[in-house]
Amino acid sequence: MSTGLPLWEVFIRGRRGLSHQHVGSVHASDAEMALRNARDLYTRRGEGVSIWVVPAAQVSASSPDEKEPFFDPAADKTYRHPTFYRIPEGVKNL
Amino acid sequence: MTTPVAQYALQLGDDALILSQRLSEWCAHAPELEEDVALANLALDLLGQARTLLTYAGSLEGRGRSEDDLAFLRTEREFRNVLLVEQPNGDFAMTIARQLYFATYQYELYAALCESTDAELAGLAAKAVKEVAYHRDHAVQWTLRLGDGTEESRRRMQEGVDQLWPYTAELFEADAVALELAGSGAAVDPRTLRPAWEASVAEVIEAATLTMPSGDWQPRGGRAGKHTEAFGLLLGEMQALHRQFPGAAW
Repeated sequence: MSTGLPLWEVFIRGRRGLSHQHVGSVHASDAEMALRNARDLYTRRGEGVSIWVVPAAQVSASSPDEKEPFFDPAADKTYRHPTFYRIPEGVKNL
Repeated sequence: MTTPVAQYALQLGDDALILSQRLSEWCAHAPELEEDVALANLALDLLGQARTLLTYAGSLEGRGRSEDDLAFLRTEREFRNVLLVEQPNGDFAMTIARQLYFATYQYELYAALCESTDAELAGLAAKAVKEVAYHRDHAVQWTLRLGDGTEESRRRMQEGVDQLWPYTAELFEADAVALELAGSGAAVDPRTLRPAWEASVAEVIEAATLTMPSGDWQPRGGRAGKHTEAFGLLLGEMQALHRQFPGAAW
């Protein structure tokens, strides 16, 4: 399988009201073809109502080397988690 | 004694079945992994249409033949598909040209058949018209990109539309079965589909910077069971398993 074609990241929205989720990537010559390839690869079983494709080259990603300064400081700050509230009785879906 | 509707369903079912078989030959051979999946998807859509149509034809003719009997146990001369769908895949551009011609035809056909007085045919058409709208879009996108692509892709795309052009005449032939049924509103008179088909195809070919093919040679005979040389090999491959292991299931 050759492939000189650019890579595209695919995001699918499963239902109305949900946000688009990253599901994988496809090769395609341009955005329109990427949408079609994504449709064929990722929505075969009725998974989605909307597709986004983004050139993979345009994604800026955090580097594994920066893992400690990026993520470790959050580890011991339990006060950022909403666990100190008492949930009033009768409140559903919280 | 077979009915006209059974014969008509057989014609349309054979078209879908044979094109499905041809497209599935691309499986694991397409230019890109993504295209492999795309072509297999088209083939599966067509196979679904073929199953509905052949099952319906089998039930109407009253000889107790199932979809499998019709697909795997008929001989070459008993198939009623048009010659276009049995033409070999050639290169990718040739396959796209065949798709462009046939999906555009199928789209016009099914769109009209949604109004059929035969509930089964109308139901099938309503479902299938959405599928073939996508098949046509797939072919259009590729025709534009190959035609308006590199010098080499353009040459191949032009060759594809040129070589297959003669086989398009048969799609719109005044077929006796279709004409009889068109009178009662059950089928579509194939001749009425040509203007919209030609306008649609011409628009794509022009946008793809290609030249619209022309020529007087118009091979025909598929609807009467007279097929081209390559068809026997296709059937041989399609039917080999069922003939070696009758009733095989998995």
